[in-house]
Amino acid sequence: MSQVRKKRREAFLLGNEAVVEGALAAGCSFYAGYPITPSTEIMETMAKRLPQLSDGVFLQMEDEIASMGAVIGASLAGRKAMTATSGPGFSLMQEQIGYAAMTETPLVLVNVMRGGTSTGLPTSPGQGDVQQARWGAHGDHPILVLAASDVPECLEMTVTAFNFAEKYRTPVILLLDEITAHTREKISLPEPGDFEIFSRLVPTMPPEWYKPYEETLRGVPPMPPIGKGYRFHVTGLTHDLQGFPTSRPEEVKALVERQFRKIDRFFHDVQLVEHVATDDAEVLVVAYGCVARSARLAVRQAREAGAKAGLLILKTLFPFPRIHVEKLMRACRLVVVPELNVGQISREVKRVNEGHTTVRTINRVDGLIITPSQILKEIS
Amino acid sequence: MAEVTQLIHQYLRHNKKFPLVFCPGCGHGIVLGSLVRGVHALGLDKDDVVVVAGIGCSGRIAAYVDFNTVHATHGRALTIATGIKMANPELTVIAVMGDGDAFSIGGNHLIHAARRNIGVTALVLNNFIYGMTGGQCSSTTPEGAYSHTSPMGQLEAAFDIVELTRAAGAAGVSRGTVFHVKALDGLVADALTRPGFNLVEALTPCFTQYGRGNGFKNAVEMFKWLKERAVPLEAYEKLEDKSGRIPIGTFVRRDVPGLEARYAAMREKLREMKGGAA
Repeated sequence: MSQVRKKRREAFLLGNEAVVEGALAAGCSFYAGYPITPSTEIMETMAKRLPQLSDGVFLQMEDEIASMGAVIGASLAGRKAMTATSGPGFSLMQEQIGYAAMTETPLVLVNVMRGGTSTGLPTSPGQGDVQQARWGAHGDHPILVLAASDVPECLEMTVTAFNFAEKYRTPVILLLDEITAHTREKISLPEPGDFEIFSRLVPTMPPEWYKPYEETLRGVPPMPPIGKGYRFHVTGLTHDLQGFPTSRPEEVKALVERQFRKIDRFFHDVQLVEHVATDDAEVLVVAYGCVARSARLAVRQAREAGAKAGLLILKTLFPFPRIHVEKLMRACRLVVVPELNVGQISREVKRVNEGHTTVRTINRVDGLIITPSQILKEIS
Repeated sequence: MAEVTQLIHQYLRHNKKFPLVFCPGCGHGIVLGSLVRGVHALGLDKDDVVVVAGIGCSGRIAAYVDFNTVHATHGRALTIATGIKMANPELTVIAVMGDGDAFSIGGNHLIHAARRNIGVTALVLNNFIYGMTGGQCSSTTPEGAYSHTSPMGQLEAAFDIVELTRAAGAAGVSRGTVFHVKALDGLVADALTRPGFNLVEALTPCFTQYGRGNGFKNAVEMFKWLKERAVPLEAYEKLEDKSGRIPIGTFVRRDVPGLEARYAAMREKLREMKGGAA
């Protein structure tokens, strides 16, 4: 008897709704947030879905600072937890992002970028939070910043964000933009087993041997949930291997270096890109988010017109995927970086270029998208 | 004395973190004692107790106690405590905060924790001043008091922590002082057993940063001041002249389940509805 293949469940979802599907597939059981356009659908969908899980928790907090606090608390208690926000809320979260980075608390933060600074353009797309995502929290700290450019990717990258957070004990920021978040597309819903799901490493040694911030062979210290017998201290102060505050220079240096090494060692794993016709490309477009969609069409049209154009879509923004970009840049005579800001990723591209080729930027900050024809004009 | 030694060995990270950071004459150590005695009296397992502290002198308490301890960001202890309690309602979660921590920078979180009645015990060490940063006025500094940022005397009114928390909807609100230690022990232990959000305000002197600038000759005088000013609530209500007197005791004690319990009940109800429909 032939096996009847189960038909995949499909849905017509917003990018924001796909984020929720991805989060649940990754094992997220805790959400705390504060409503803000254009991210609110993530929160509203979570409010309906999470109470249906046996241990799911959804909280609407008093502000974004509190939202991040609750997410950090839940993560310390062993949950996979997330929040979502947009520009002004993202600014408020920076203090707690720093705390999560310092205490190496896994969490996922989805920031749906809107236009402008301050209240700006709440219902328009933008990509102006890219450098804030990297350096928004004060002090030197490693962080992972990802981006998604269509609805299926919203789902996939949310799963990836949770996996990275758990694997590397770090906050992970997933950047969407208003267009990606509010586009409705058909996607197939995840079934158990579709994705490889990581959960944080927990200590197996006796509690008295456990050092919460000691480097392991794997590079990332294991992390027990609160209440399981490993009574350790968590602090935003610079701390020693046991987690207690220290200001001894050698211990401070060791901590900061290990925190960076934890991510640096795994560049090959965390730097995700998609190549579109880059093999023989002479002109390269580097794009991410909704702009990557315009770039895809522009590159196809350029190819049809005979130009050797290629596209590199960045799914990881930080640590900046230097290896991929650098390699292609050496082979191209022109690199074009279109962005909905005054040039935030192009700064990184120019930084790794080191004079090898010409870098041109297309910047738009009027609340409208960059069209395929705008990019086509630059590359043909 | 033997009992004190036993408590120190059982509940404090004495071999790692002593001596305490507190100045001579500071009352924080007494509140720390009340916290430990409260947990001990209730027979709680150390693994099940979480202390989340904020930033400031009071925030350092977290490092000394051998529980699960979190030294949070300034003012945000209650937000992290809320996440922990909702994620694992089995845990006894205690938020230790100072007056600036809980009522200035963290004021918004405090009133909302009280309103949503999260099952967390809030222990607020009120010394009327920012001690760790060197003596600046806080939102509980009395009118007219001197500090480095109110060198001509504080012009702004002070928060009454009890009244504010009561109005915000807390299940339990009480106030004690570090002079009335037995009473404070009782208030802390009671708050730890109660459902919902329970706040204990502990008045504790800061001679170094507050007393010296406000006419106190030494720390003992500040303790005497607490002794003279504080009046048990029942006696306070009968006083004809209440000026300058501070009521202590339990102000609010309501039996309302914490948010975590209500949330679990909602989830259960959802499951029953689903089960019934199938």
